[in-house]
Parts: sequence; C-alpha cells; structure tokens
Amino acid sequence: MKRPLFPWLGQLPFLIPVLVLSLFGVAMIYSAGVLNIPSPITQGLWIRQAVILAGSIVALLVVSRIPVRWWEWTALPVYIVAVGVLAVTLVIGTGSGTAEGVRSFLDIAGFRFQPAEAAKVAAVLALARLLATRESSPEYLRDLLVPAIVIGIPLALVMAQPDLGTAMAFVAIFFAMIYWAGTPWPLIVFAASPGVALFLSFNTIAWSIGFIVLLIGLYLYRYRLYLVESLSVIVANLAAGALAQPLWNSVVKEHQKNRLLVFLNQELDPQGAGWQLIQSKVAVGSGGILGKGFTEGTQKRLNFLPEQHTDFIFSVVGEEFGFLGTSLTLLLFGYLFFRMIQIAEESGHLFAGLCVFGILGTWMTHAIVNIGMTIGVFPITGIPLPFISYGGSFLLMSWLAAGMVVAMASDRP
Amino acid sequence: MTPSLPQAQKALATRARVGVFIVLGLLAGAFFRSQVSRSSDWLLQSESNRLRSLTLPAPRGIIRDRTGQPMADNIPGYSVSILPTEPDSMLATLNRFREHLEIDEDRFQRLAERVQAGGPRPVLVSVDAPFDAVSAMEERRTAFPQLLIEARPKRRYPAAEVGAHIVGTVGQINEAELNSPEYEGVEPGRIVGRSGIEAQYNPTLQGEPGIRFVEVDAAGRIVGSFRGVRTRREEPGSDIELNVDLDLMKWIHHIFPSDKSGAVVVLDVNTGGVLALESFPAYDPNVFAGVVDPADWSLLNRDPEKPLYNRAIMGTYPPGSPWKLAAAAIGLETGAITPADRMPVPCTGTFTYGNRTWRCWREEGHGSLDLAGAIANSCNVYFYQLGLSIGLAQLLDRSNRMGFGGQCGIDLPGEGTGDFPYGVEYWEERRGYRATEGEVLNLAIGQGPNAQSPLKMAQFLVAIARDGSAPAPTLYRDAPRQEAWRLDVSEESLGEIRNGLRQVMQPGGTAYMSSLEYFEILGKTGTAESGDGRETHAWFTGMAGRFGGPAEIVVVVLVEFAGGGSEVAAPIAAKAADYYLRGRYDIPRDTIQTLREYQFAGRSTAAWVERQRR
Repeated sequence: MKRPLFPWLGQLPFLIPVLVLSLFGVAMIYSAGVLNIPSPITQGLWIRQAVILAGSIVALLVVSRIPVRWWEWTALPVYIVAVGVLAVTLVIGTGSGTAEGVRSFLDIAGFRFQPAEAAKVAAVLALARLLATRESSPEYLRDLLVPAIVIGIPLALVMAQPDLGTAMAFVAIFFAMIYWAGTPWPLIVFAASPGVALFLSFNTIAWSIGFIVLLIGLYLYRYRLYLVESLSVIVANLAAGALAQPLWNSVVKEHQKNRLLVFLNQELDPQGAGWQLIQSKVAVGSGGILGKGFTEGTQKRLNFLPEQHTDFIFSVVGEEFGFLGTSLTLLLFGYLFFRMIQIAEESGHLFAGLCVFGILGTWMTHAIVNIGMTIGVFPITGIPLPFISYGGSFLLMSWLAAGMVVAMASDRP
Repeated sequence: MTPSLPQAQKALATRARVGVFIVLGLLAGAFFRSQVSRSSDWLLQSESNRLRSLTLPAPRGIIRDRTGQPMADNIPGYSVSILPTEPDSMLATLNRFREHLEIDEDRFQRLAERVQAGGPRPVLVSVDAPFDAVSAMEERRTAFPQLLIEARPKRRYPAAEVGAHIVGTVGQINEAELNSPEYEGVEPGRIVGRSGIEAQYNPTLQGEPGIRFVEVDAAGRIVGSFRGVRTRREEPGSDIELNVDLDLMKWIHHIFPSDKSGAVVVLDVNTGGVLALESFPAYDPNVFAGVVDPADWSLLNRDPEKPLYNRAIMGTYPPGSPWKLAAAAIGLETGAITPADRMPVPCTGTFTYGNRTWRCWREEGHGSLDLAGAIANSCNVYFYQLGLSIGLAQLLDRSNRMGFGGQCGIDLPGEGTGDFPYGVEYWEERRGYRATEGEVLNLAIGQGPNAQSPLKMAQFLVAIARDGSAPAPTLYRDAPRQEAWRLDVSEESLGEIRNGLRQVMQPGGTAYMSSLEYFEILGKTGTAESGDGRETHAWFTGMAGRFGGPAEIVVVVLVEFAGGGSEVAAPIAAKAADYYLRGRYDIPRDTIQTLREYQFAGRSTAAWVERQRR
C-alpha cells in the first residue's frame, strides 16, 4: 500500500482535538500567568509553550510519515538507548522548580528535557514489538513475565528518580497493551493483584478480604494456571502485604506520604500538605457552572493555587470556565480516546494497535489522575495534564506520540 | 507477525470504549457535584480566602480647655501590623521588621508569642512607626509579605506636662480589658483611655472604628481594596471641652517651685468647675501616646517622686490649720458657739486639758479672741476649747457628714477618699485604744488621724465662699451638676468665718505679704506636721475676687515638705489667683503681683496704703 504524502490529512478527527487541547493549554498557561502580584516564574511562559507547540507540530508532520515497519525495526534500539539515558539521568540529572530534589531532567547544551517522557514512547514500541511477535495472545501468566521486565526496567529507573507519577504511566502502558494483546482478564487481574495488595495492606482487614478473593479466583481459574504461577501470585500478594509497611517507612518520601494521607483525610493538615488540595477544590468549586471568566479566577490571581501552570492547570480551567469548561475538556479527551480506540481497531495490525493502546494508556492515566486530583478524587501525584500543562519535553513527546499514532493509522498493511 | 482476529479486537475495542466512557463519566459527575451542586459553599470559601476585614481606627475626640486650646489632639501616625498567615512566615516578617523598626528584645518576644498563638486578626507591631521607616518598608513591599501599614491617628498632648494629670493617658487595650463587658465589641489594638479625662470620658472620646475589606493573596499581601462588601466609615470621637484654663495652668507650672512636690487646685466658686488642677512633679503624657516603651513606663513608675501620682486628688495630707475652718463651721452649725463668743480660757500660749499641756503655736499667747480673730490668728487654744464644746462624737459625726471622709465626686478616675475617723470606734478598731475626749483637741486644729486631699480642701472652701453648699468639682463642661456639700451654717456665720480669713491677708495677718493690688484674697495658711520628722507641708487655702465683691475662685496650694504655708504656699496661690482674675477683668498680666514682689521690685505700694486708710 502506498503511503500518502500528508498522512495527517486523513487523521484530522484525531488531530483536531489534540490541536484544540494544545491551543487551549497555551491559553490557560497565559491565564495562569495573570496574577495580581506578577510572579517572574509564570509570566510569559505561554510564549515559550506556543513556540514549543509550533515545533511539536512540525515534529508530528515528520514523524507521522515514518512507516510502521521502521517503527518495528527501531523499537529495540530506541528502547535500549532510552533506558541507557534514563540510567545516566539518575547519575547526572537535575531537579526543577518545586521538584528540586529529584533527578529527572537532563541539561544538554542549555536544553532541559525529561528522558522519562521519551522512555515512555520507547517502552511502548518495545512492548508492542514483543507482544506483536508472539504467535498468539498471552495465555499464561508466564507469558507476561518478559513484557513485565521490559516495562519494569524503565519503571524502576523512573521510580528511583523518584517520579511516582511517571512510574504510574509505565504501569498503565503495561496493562493497556497486554489488554489489547488479548490477555484474558483474569490474568490481568492476577498480574495487578500484588499492586492492589500493596495499597490494601494499609488496612489488614481490607488486605485479608482481597487475599481471600484472590485465592477464590485462583481456585476457579486453576485449570488455566501452572501451579508455580498460582504460587507466585500468592507469594507476591503476601510479600506486598508484608513489605508495605517497611516500604512506607523507608522508601516513600515524606511529601508523598503526606499527599496520600491528606487524600485519605483532607482536614489533616490544611496549612501544609492539605493546602494544595483544599485550594484547588475551592478554585474548582467556586467556578460554578460558567466560571469566573478567562484570567479572572481569584484563587489563581491571588496565588492560592499551587503549580497553577503545570500540575494544577485544570483547577484554573475549573475556576475560570466552570463546569462548562471542565465537562467540555473531559468531552474532548473522551472523543480523543474514542478516536484512538477506533484507530487501533481499524489498523488491522497488532503492532500498530498495540502502539496506539500504549499511548492511550499513558494519556488516559495522566488525564484522569491529573484531573481527578484537582478535586481530590485521586491523591496528588505530580503528573501533568497532556497537551494542556506547561512543560516543553512533555508537550513535544505528546505530539511525537500523536505523530506515531497518525503513522500507525495511515500506514495500513 | 500474526494478524489478530478482527472479531476479538472489536470486542476489546468496545469494552475499552465502555471503560473510557465510565471513567470519564464518573469524573464528570464528580465535577458536577463540586461545581454545580455544592458550588455555593466553595464560592463562600474562596471569598473568605481572599477577603480580610481591617478596622479603621477612629480619631479620638479632642480635649480642649475653656478657651478652646487643645490639650489633647491627634496627629497623623502610622501603625504597622502583620496580617495573619502561617506563624513561621509571620515570624520571619517580624524579624525583618527589626531592620526598620526599633523593637527591643522584650517586645519582640511578646510579639513572637502573639504571632505563634495564631488567630484571625492582624498583630499590631507598632502604633507609632516613624514616617521614614514606613516608607522604607513600603518600598520593599515584596520583602514584607503580610505587611499592613495603616494611617492611625496618634494622640498628642500639645501642653505636655501642663494638665497632664487631668487629660491623662491612653494605651492599647489589654487582654483583660478585651474580655471585660465594659469593652464589649472592642477590637484588639484599640487605643483606650488609661487615666484622667481620657479614661473618664473614654466612651465619648473614642468614636466608632470603621471597617474596610481588602483582598489579600495567598501570602497575605494586600492586593487591593474590595468594593463588593460594604465598608463602614469610622466615626471620630466627640470633642470634650473642659472647665480648666490652660494658660492658668501653664502659669502655675511656671511659679511652682521646680524642686518641690505638691498640688495646686483652682475652682470656680459659682459653678464648681475646675479651673486648674496640677500635681507636681508632672510627666509628659506624650510618652504614652504610642506603644508604651516599658522602660519609659517603669522609669516613671519607679521614680521616687511619683510623677504619675495625682497629688491633687489622690494625695492626702494632714490639713493643719485650714481645717480649723471646718471646726469653726461645725461649731456654728451645732450651735456650740456664735461668732462673737469668746472661749472661757484666753490663750496664754498653752492650754491644760486632763493631765497634759497643749500648746498654741504662739508662745506669748493670743489673749481672748472671737471667731474671726481666732481664725485670723489661727489660735490653737481657741480651737481646743471649741473642739471640747462640740464634743468628739459630734465632731466626728458632722465632719463625716460634711464629706471629710469621702470623695468630692470630681469627674476623674482614682480620686482618693479623705482619711478621717469614721466614729469613736475608730481608735479602738484601728489604733487599739479607747478614744478619750482629748482626741478632739488634736482634731480641732487639723492634726491627729485626719488627712485630706487638696481638692477636698478646695471644695470645702467653695462651700465657705458660697452659702455653705458646694457642687462637686467638675472638669467636663457639660458634666451634670451635683450638689455634694451642704453646710448648715447661717450666712452671717459664714461671713464671720470669711472675716477671719480676710484678716489673714491684712497687715499683721500671716499672708499679708501675698496680698494683691487688684484683688482681694481671703485665705488660711497652714503648716502641717508631715510626720517622720521631715519638713512640714505648706498649705494655703483661699478664695479670691474683687474687693468688696463675692469670692469668685478658690485656690488651694499644697507644697510637700516645704516649710511654712505663708512663705511657700500663699504666694503661689496669690499669683495664680491674680493671673486668672486679671485675665477675667482684662487687666494686663504682670509677673510682679504680690505685695512682697512689689516691694522687692521697688514698685509703688500705694494701693495697699490707700486700702489701709479706708
């Protein structure tokens, strides 16, 4: 099949929401800079974002012409390079802004970027290649072992930065892709069970109930599992239950603990860790149905909103455009995700579909967790909102990923 | 590469769509709940987030003397406060304040405690910040989040020490007062009257503070005023006009010996209005106008001369001879004597009662005297016998009824009560022995357990100068009049007492050298034992007016530990009276006033010679 010269022309239903969201983002970043007492941090950032957006569009035009075959060939080398860079970042990386203490940025010749963003795309490619080369859908838990390792390596490196938000995106990539690869849902549940157990273990009763349910599930599904697999799942769940407390005490950082505790009880620390959440909820809630008007949000103007140009930009949307703005944004994201599902569905090519689903997994996780945290539905994890939040490498990588989706959609075997 | 089964993919895609739909739908539902169903709660919270109410201090009413001269007014001042936010950041701001404002260690510690205690109100750091400090901080606004600078009228006392004990002082309301019902609804940081007129008429003077809403940002910085909520304008306090004459009080400050303590009281005979009320040493109330420096305060408070103590109304002194007038009045009231009566035993310099010999101040004795003569000569022997004929019980009863054991009712806080035995039981209960009739001898000459304030003596003199009644001395011009003193003595008898007083100021009288050219003074000098073997207190209690006319003013002078009344106290009283009355009758004022001064200055004393001839 001959590739079209302008493959993106055929993918306008997918690209228009991406572009609209991005332009909306630039506008919101502009608004985030309109404060009663101007701050040098947020002023004029929208110009930078707009410039990067223009560059990102160009990048999409280029990337979208890359044939699927090339993506398959380069998947493994790209993955190896990406993991290598991630490892290097851990050594020479720098923090940024409010996340001064972490090592997630690389500073090269004056350009700062987050290798983790590129690593997500690389992981998607590598996992797609791995899963697509299988002759059939994963049938046993052991079939998920190698994919888990492929995701596990960059995930561990990102965790070490530490950047829990991005790590979550890797987990989402894994599950979205094994889902599209046709893994039976009980296997997905078993694979996810240790992670779930980790959270449940904060309450012994909750964990015990979860564990019993798991045992019943394993029993019902016994004919499709090797004994070793069943035992592994049980051991993993037990380990999660046992390790949670020591992990909490040693590995989890203080601010992360606070965020989680505040999520569970919002009145816990209204001046400290609860501050961001409370102010964000006040901002969103006070927006009402129609909002306070573009640039007119008082919570934002008066600096009550934390990180109003990055992680909490959706609070500005909520405050200034009200429920109308938030529901339209959700609708736009929903439409985008539906288009991606359709692209995967119609690609007729497992590798392409897997790639699209991987991207879908990261975007959806980012969008839902980010939007949810502004009203306390999810705990505060420092992850940005795709296309809207301020951030150069994140925007560029999102558009590159979009370019990849266009490439997958327009290059049908 | 294995092409997947289209059928399976379709099912997966459908399930994925359902999943996306459910998740985003739930999220939209959560936003609906927050932004539509419960929006009003959040809106309220966002308002309270950013709005702060500030009180606009109302300027206190101006206190003026009878001529309209200000004794207490207001000048623009600046207060510096920290808006409430997290204690740590407030503390940091407070620390930076110290580069611009003088905050000593003690005060800093107290402010730090206040900051740490938290609370919704701004913490007042200084009510009296110098203008350059305020402007320097204003320029560096960003370095001072939570800085609140307010124009706050500052109290000023233009006459400084003059009238200090009358106008009193102001100070920031304290914790105990805030919780008291008297100050209900008063905000912290309010300046309230602490003493004097400032305290007595605080409700009239203080006015009503205004309320202003400002918008603040998350750091507590004021971003602008807020017009959405109605602001209330401050209502200035009402002005108060006093009966006092500031020029007269300045003059009294000028003539009172600078190294002595004491008091001068001048009352208007007609109205009971206070024309002057001075206590020495005085202090400068401007010291208290801002945030009181504890060092200044304790310096004034620990001063052995007690400058804060209002001797005119709080100090009580043995009244000495002037109190003989009270004995005379009681004698006349009870009918124990008539003005023409002479005592059975003429004065020979001593008087024997019981097994004791009682002395007159004049060793040669005065011979036989009538009332006026006894008053003029201050004859102890006459008054010993007068006391005996009145009797102890009756003397005590009458004295107390006349008010020598109580207050005058002046409109100033903290007036002391006279110290006078409340009855015969006094000696048993307080002194531990039964009173003998001999006590009355001491009391009749103004000694013994009797101590009166200069104001009390002045009020008594007003009663003598009038028809036996005296209104309560008042400072505030519009204060309600109240009759406080009633002597049941006939006009003739009072005239006889006044005659005695007149003789004091005539040739041969103890205070003749203090008599005046234009005005007649009737008075009584006193030299009262101070106890502890120190120098005697000098008294002069007198009244003055035009020759042949009724007395118009009463002057009482007390100089502590200063010696004789005629040498020390009488000239001060005479010069004060002359100064005031010259002003009243448009006679040019002069510093040469008394006979002694005329003689000393070599001026013609023809007026005195002329008067003698008549």
